[in-house]
Amino acid sequence: MSSNPLTLFEKIWHSHIVTQEPKSPAVLYIDLHLVHEVTSPQAFTGLRERGLKVRRPTHTLATMDHSIPTTPLSIPMADTQAAAQLQQLAENCEEFDIELYGMDSPMRGIVHVIGPELGRTQPGMTIVCGDSHTSTHGAFGALAFGIGTSEVEHVLASQCLLQHQPKTFQVNLSGKLGIGVSAKDIILALIAQIGIGGGTGHVFEYTGEAIRGLTMEERMTICNMSIEGGARAGMVAPDDTTFEYLAGREHSPKGIEWDKAIKSWKKLSTDGEAIYDQSITLDASSLEPMITFGTNPSMGLQITGRIPNPNNYSDPDKRHNLEDSLTYMELQPGQPLLGHPVDVVFIGSCTNGRISDLRLAAKVLEGRRVAENIRMLVVPGSQSVKIQAESEGLDQVFTEAGAEWREAGCSMCIAMNGDQVEPGQYAVSTSNRNFEGRQGKGARTFLASPLTAAATAVRGAISDVREMI
Amino acid sequence: MAKFTHLKSKVIVIPNRNIDTDQIIPARFLKVTDKNGLGEALFSDWRYNSDGSVKPDFVLNQQQNQDAKIILAGDNFGCGSSREHAPWALTAWGINAVISTSFADIFRNNALKNALLPIVVNKDIHQSLFELVAQSPDSELSINLASQTLTIPRSTAVTFPIDSFAKNCLLTGVDQLGYILSHESLIEAYESTC
Ligand code: SF4
Repeated sequence: MSSNPLTLFEKIWHSHIVTQEPKSPAVLYIDLHLVHEVTSPQAFTGLRERGLKVRRPTHTLATMDHSIPTTPLSIPMADTQAAAQLQQLAENCEEFDIELYGMDSPMRGIVHVIGPELGRTQPGMTIVCGDSHTSTHGAFGALAFGIGTSEVEHVLASQCLLQHQPKTFQVNLSGKLGIGVSAKDIILALIAQIGIGGGTGHVFEYTGEAIRGLTMEERMTICNMSIEGGARAGMVAPDDTTFEYLAGREHSPKGIEWDKAIKSWKKLSTDGEAIYDQSITLDASSLEPMITFGTNPSMGLQITGRIPNPNNYSDPDKRHNLEDSLTYMELQPGQPLLGHPVDVVFIGSCTNGRISDLRLAAKVLEGRRVAENIRMLVVPGSQSVKIQAESEGLDQVFTEAGAEWREAGCSMCIAMNGDQVEPGQYAVSTSNRNFEGRQGKGARTFLASPLTAAATAVRGAISDVREMI
Repeated sequence: MAKFTHLKSKVIVIPNRNIDTDQIIPARFLKVTDKNGLGEALFSDWRYNSDGSVKPDFVLNQQQNQDAKIILAGDNFGCGSSREHAPWALTAWGINAVISTSFADIFRNNALKNALLPIVVNKDIHQSLFELVAQSPDSELSINLASQTLTIPRSTAVTFPIDSFAKNCLLTGVDQLGYILSHESLIEAYESTC
């Protein structure tokens, strides 16, 4: 062991290198591999073609989330292609002996929601999934990142991945959040500042008073969108908040193993003298609720702000891109977003589909009605979240207000399962991507927090939740 | 693994910055369990009208571009979703190299595993390439991986960076999974210490 001061990232990285030859990437050991239906079928085909097995089925966990319907599962699936893909995952898991939280599992859900819920996500682990939002799991002080399908095959077969060491990027969040401002606003503000390529080649480590004050679910919201700032991973050093979250979960260590685990997890913080390749500080107390106006997550502004004018950009590429975005969104430079009418409100996704998100939204909706012009969809991130919400009566709050209450899944975040925004419609969504067509062909997305989404649902137009709480 | 040594081709220009993988291949085409048909879905929402008819103005639909193998794109190509369907769709359509000033990390990794070369050039070269193709759309660029050079007509050749391991894999067709598995005994040793 080296006595050099190390960052949290470096500690995990170094302890997972199986070998590294000169001029070659490291062979990095992977502790947990999460699998879903969309990015895995071709990887399993690859294994079959080579006659390989899954090296460590116990380090592998599968679920169905992307293309699964959120209508009651008693209704037969109309989309035969999606049904075939789900069926294929079930067959692959059966053949290769992988634990699957399938269609009828009460613990099924979005892969990045169930990993933590089950206690499978733990500090110090390396975690991968054929999904870019794997960065979510970094909230536990794990090194977690998305991979492509070829790499899914590599990990299935070898439990290892070829990786070059990324650089480190400290995101220091000072101060405390104001009322009506949430974790989602922090990450949208960060991305608006650094741009969607700002973290390319880096791993974020979120530090500072504001991060320490956040719950695990809030930290997950922030780490989740690290990829939207270009970083493959985002991490938070584990602390008592982390340990409290993990205590007693199904796959968390128990008894003496738990004590041992805590002891080693407590070492997972950046040493005082360690150096990051880059650093940025954001003052959380100065943040306001954020909302995006364009077609990538960095095109965001304070909810009270006005849309920028392309003519103010000297770089012609930047100008054209903003112009194209505003054309797609049918928005005008200088226009405020407050009061802009909306057609759909979506609450859910691996960013904001956890129980605390639903509680916040329900608080705004309680005793109020969803405006006539709005279709509001509330989709729990997992069946466990759904069950918990129902036990608290949140489903009642939503349905009485006029929202649709669904089964768990990715749903309108990616619009693969039939839940989609229609062409030309505007949606305020708690998900993570506002790319053209992401929520349905021609759909126009404003990304925001659950609080902002709920306030918008009530008023029928983009609203500042601080006027309502 | 598929090899890449050199390439000479005309260039398709898609100047947008931050072209994300949802544009390269929209999510509704990800329900496949194989790699078939992805070339037809490449840039689907930019290529086809909502009634399915072809948008004649979009570069991929123009007759003179049908045999082009290089895309010249704006900054930060391939951001967003990790879907390897994006390089699969690009190569299925016939693209073997993308030139930009930067690439998103996961896309770059995925591309290199599919013999799709992500070529990074600096801002000035990038700009001069846009100008070159605007002036003479039939200009052909030559890419040589071994020497890491991009040869531009009426200009000097420029070198581009590429990770040496990935380069070697592409030149010799080394299979990366085979490479990992050749360390089997070390993997076992690692596992026994955990
Ligand atoms: S909720 Fe959206 S972002 Fe998250 S895993 Fe599903 S599709 Fe991806």
